[in-house]
Amino acid sequence: MTAGAGARAAPPGSINPIVPPRSVARRTLLTLVAIMSFLACLSVAAVAIVADRAESWQRQIADEVTIQIKPTEGMDVEATVARAVDIATLFPGVASATAIAQSESTALLEPWLGSGLEIAELPIPRLIAVRIAPDVDLGALAARLRQEVPTASLDDHGQWLQRLSAMARVMTLVGLVVLGLVFAATALCVVFATRGAMAGNRNVIEVLHFVGAEDSYVAREFQRHFLLLGLKGAGIGGGIAVALFLGLTFLGRLEGATPQEAQLRSLFGGVAVGVNGYVGAAVTVLALAVIIAVTARVTVRRTLREID
Amino acid sequence: MIRFENVGLRYGLGPEVLRDVSFHIGSGSFQFVTGPSGAGKTSLLRLLFLSLRPTRGSVRIFDRDAATVPRTVIPAMRRRIGLVFQDFRLLDHLTTFENVALPLRVAGADESSYRNDVKELLEWVGLGDKMWVHPPVLSGGEKQRSAIARALITKPEVLLADEPTGNVDPPLARRLLRLFVELNRLGTSVIIATHDLALMEQYDARRLVLNNGQVEIYD
Repeated sequence: MTAGAGARAAPPGSINPIVPPRSVARRTLLTLVAIMSFLACLSVAAVAIVADRAESWQRQIADEVTIQIKPTEGMDVEATVARAVDIATLFPGVASATAIAQSESTALLEPWLGSGLEIAELPIPRLIAVRIAPDVDLGALAARLRQEVPTASLDDHGQWLQRLSAMARVMTLVGLVVLGLVFAATALCVVFATRGAMAGNRNVIEVLHFVGAEDSYVAREFQRHFLLLGLKGAGIGGGIAVALFLGLTFLGRLEGATPQEAQLRSLFGGVAVGVNGYVGAAVTVLALAVIIAVTARVTVRRTLREID
Repeated sequence: MIRFENVGLRYGLGPEVLRDVSFHIGSGSFQFVTGPSGAGKTSLLRLLFLSLRPTRGSVRIFDRDAATVPRTVIPAMRRRIGLVFQDFRLLDHLTTFENVALPLRVAGADESSYRNDVKELLEWVGLGDKMWVHPPVLSGGEKQRSAIARALITKPEVLLADEPTGNVDPPLARRLLRLFVELNRLGTSVIIATHDLALMEQYDARRLVLNNGQVEIYD
């Protein structure tokens, strides 16, 4: 009910709020909060995707090591590979050791070197994929290989693991910084909006003081108003973000037609937002609403002290 | 109940608008505060309502020194004082019922606990049929009666009224005065600031006459 709405024959169904809802720049602030919430949910989802992928990569890489055999003049490559596979297979803690066939190595190099070259003539190292248990003694395996097959080297992917961990940490940090900035920007906007609302409702605040309202009561009225607005705006932004996540997950499930799409999918597993992303979005929406309400309350109390 | 002793008040570095004002408002008393425009009536009411602190002298309200009373205590003291403004100060987005119930609502009372009291009071001031309308559709007299009902709903110990008949016709002014007298008989101290000589002549009460910031008392 707005001011000047006229006579009403019957008692109202509910009590009007003391701060008139239309007195605040409602639509503008609602849109702003929705945009901020959308951006915050996106950064949370990005952090969740990176964290999920990094963990998955680390798990896969840590489960596997690679033995590389460099061919030398006069070496019987196939026999050397078979010897290395035997050593690895019999080593305690090794689940399996599989030599990657020459044809597979050739296929792996084809995108870079082209298919016209005679790859078999090149001194390309042969690879053996070894699946290991977490407690295997890689130092002892490497020593054994050096002893028995001098041209073999063991790659435990430690460098990759370090880089992945560093990248994941940086991405998470960037995501959290963006989230913090979004929260701070929203809080600053709410400070301005609250001050504007208080200036527009000065007569209401004066009357409340004259009838004996405490500052905490006035602050609570404004806080309630902004909490509802924050929940609504953040809910709209979060809802749009969740719809986007669902859309991306659906698109990610569609089979790609080209080998590049298949490769990207094998690396990133499709741009699907996991449970963490959805939980993060829900928490972000609530956090944003709480930040808005608390900021409004603090601003009202500070402004009331200034007025006094 | 309220005691002023040698009270002086100035705004900033300006001249004193009140000088050496001394008087006592007893429990259950009735007085008019009068004087020409600019004599300091509104400033005096603001001191009485704790929205200003004296520059010098002593103002004691409900046995507390107004100059040193903590800010957090003021709302509780104000709830013991009813205030009626010349310009009504009703909230346009609230109904008459909600405006009158406002002091109880801000004190944390539940609507069901005061609903009947507010309805009874609105009937008493003749606004029983205007309970659910908003102030913009009320006449000046109806707004004034709503404002008076809002000041009375908490059964205050003191009622301060600033030109309560300034916007109403003489018959309604007489009716409002009867309302204040009735209230005073029920035990409330009444202080009415007014220019209206005709109103003061209708009721024989103590007069505090302000002139150039100083007060003369006619018992």
